[in-house]
Amino acid sequence: MTLRPAHPALPIRAAAALAATAALALTACGSAGGSSADGSGASDGAQPVTVFAAASLTAPFEEFADSTAVQESFSFDGSSGLVEQIKQGAPADVLVTADERTMRAAEKAGLLDGEPQQIATNELVLVTPADNPAGITGFDDSLNGTRLVVCEKSVPCGAASLKVADTAGLDLRPVSEETSVTNVLGAVTSGEADAGLVYRTDAKNAGDTVKTFPIPAASEHPSTYWVAVTAEAKNPSAARAFISDLTGEKGQNLLRSYGFGVQ
Amino acid sequence: MTRPPAWAWAPFALALGILVIPLAGLLATVSWSQIPELLARPTARDALGLSIRTCLASTVVVMLLGIPAAHILARSRAWWTPWARTLVTVPMVLPPVVAGMALLVTLGRRGLIGEKLDAFGLQIGFTTIAVVIAQVFVSLPFLIVALEGAIRASDRRLERAAALLGAGPTRTFLRVTLPTVLPAIASGTALAFARSLGEFGATITFAGSLQGVTRTVPLEIYLLRESDSELSMALAAILLGVAAVVVGISMRLQVRSSHD
Repeated sequence: MTLRPAHPALPIRAAAALAATAALALTACGSAGGSSADGSGASDGAQPVTVFAAASLTAPFEEFADSTAVQESFSFDGSSGLVEQIKQGAPADVLVTADERTMRAAEKAGLLDGEPQQIATNELVLVTPADNPAGITGFDDSLNGTRLVVCEKSVPCGAASLKVADTAGLDLRPVSEETSVTNVLGAVTSGEADAGLVYRTDAKNAGDTVKTFPIPAASEHPSTYWVAVTAEAKNPSAARAFISDLTGEKGQNLLRSYGFGVQ
Repeated sequence: MTRPPAWAWAPFALALGILVIPLAGLLATVSWSQIPELLARPTARDALGLSIRTCLASTVVVMLLGIPAAHILARSRAWWTPWARTLVTVPMVLPPVVAGMALLVTLGRRGLIGEKLDAFGLQIGFTTIAVVIAQVFVSLPFLIVALEGAIRASDRRLERAAALLGAGPTRTFLRVTLPTVLPAIASGTALAFARSLGEFGATITFAGSLQGVTRTVPLEIYLLRESDSELSMALAAILLGVAAVVVGISMRLQVRSSHD
């Protein structure tokens, strides 16, 4: 009988599992990477316009696409992630960001064609789980000692949270500083957090799962949404048509119905 | 001595290219001069310290649970063994965010178990414990799968001989079974550690993100990307370096023990 060193190689099953992981990851990316709207009234042979938009615009933009003649295909992500992708050559015709700073950064990097336009505003509100377990009464001292979740200061919603707290004279002690407002909302709707600072549109979208408290100081620090045609747009005329639809009455009414502030 | 067929070199080169070129691209883009500046930042230092502490903790837990578990799976002939084997590998195919959601609805404050813990004033969410739990959940299968295959492939006659000579099950396991599969333990542990080090989705979903408490290096990289993508690349390069050291050490251990 001889002593054989055992083979450290992964068994076939593990390899299969890894392959399955890869397949899952691919399908996940496929569905999250971008959803396209078929644009009911698209004219024959019209080239679609590719819109890179801040994630918070997902619901209104998908509804908007159903009502326009232009055919849109969307990619939704965090604003700075979108700018990074365009910088690396991603094929976008239109860029929509959830803050001015990111749009100006794109402008400075020479990624835009023409002046960006403001299309909407949004402001922070305080949300708690529907049953408000910590008995919070509003954006005040009742937040002390509770499990508060906010965005981190380098993310637009986090920068706004700091300003709002400063104006209200509150010293926030969050248990978590999330990288996106979606994570803040998720922590509140799951009941993991007692309270969170999110945008009014997020709170509206969450419906009955959260209780919403307006923040008086928030109107002094609104976040602004900006749109621009990209410098490398393959379809600049359709991109301009999309923007004028968006800034027109129908587009603005739709954004208002989702809780955005419009002029 | 058999040689691989000549055509195998083409897929080999392609495989190597697919795996190495993106990493080389990353390393070529990193502005190395920023690394001292990065390491001087409390946020990055806290993230590195937290990542190393939590990964060491989760790897110890993974070894304590995974090594005996792999032994049972490899030697059991019961009807439930194939089922258990499948269940153990499921977390490997779960997207990490789904793993985080699964942990949240179980151990979260309103989860099946979390609710009971909450009644005793114990809360896991937003704590460093949550980070370790997320890492164990996603990395434990890697050790079990790697080790179970090795134990099954190892020679059972040695264990029988030990038993005949009067060694009990524990002694046989520790003195006969484990030494023959040391290379698999090393590689499985390194895989588990590396998986914990890179863990992102389950952590951000289940544990949250607070400097020094739950914000590990992958979370800090993601966050830095918002404000300074160059610094975020530099931190990614550091993470890559730590992972390379861990995998490198385990390879050396493997080579040495298989030459014993």
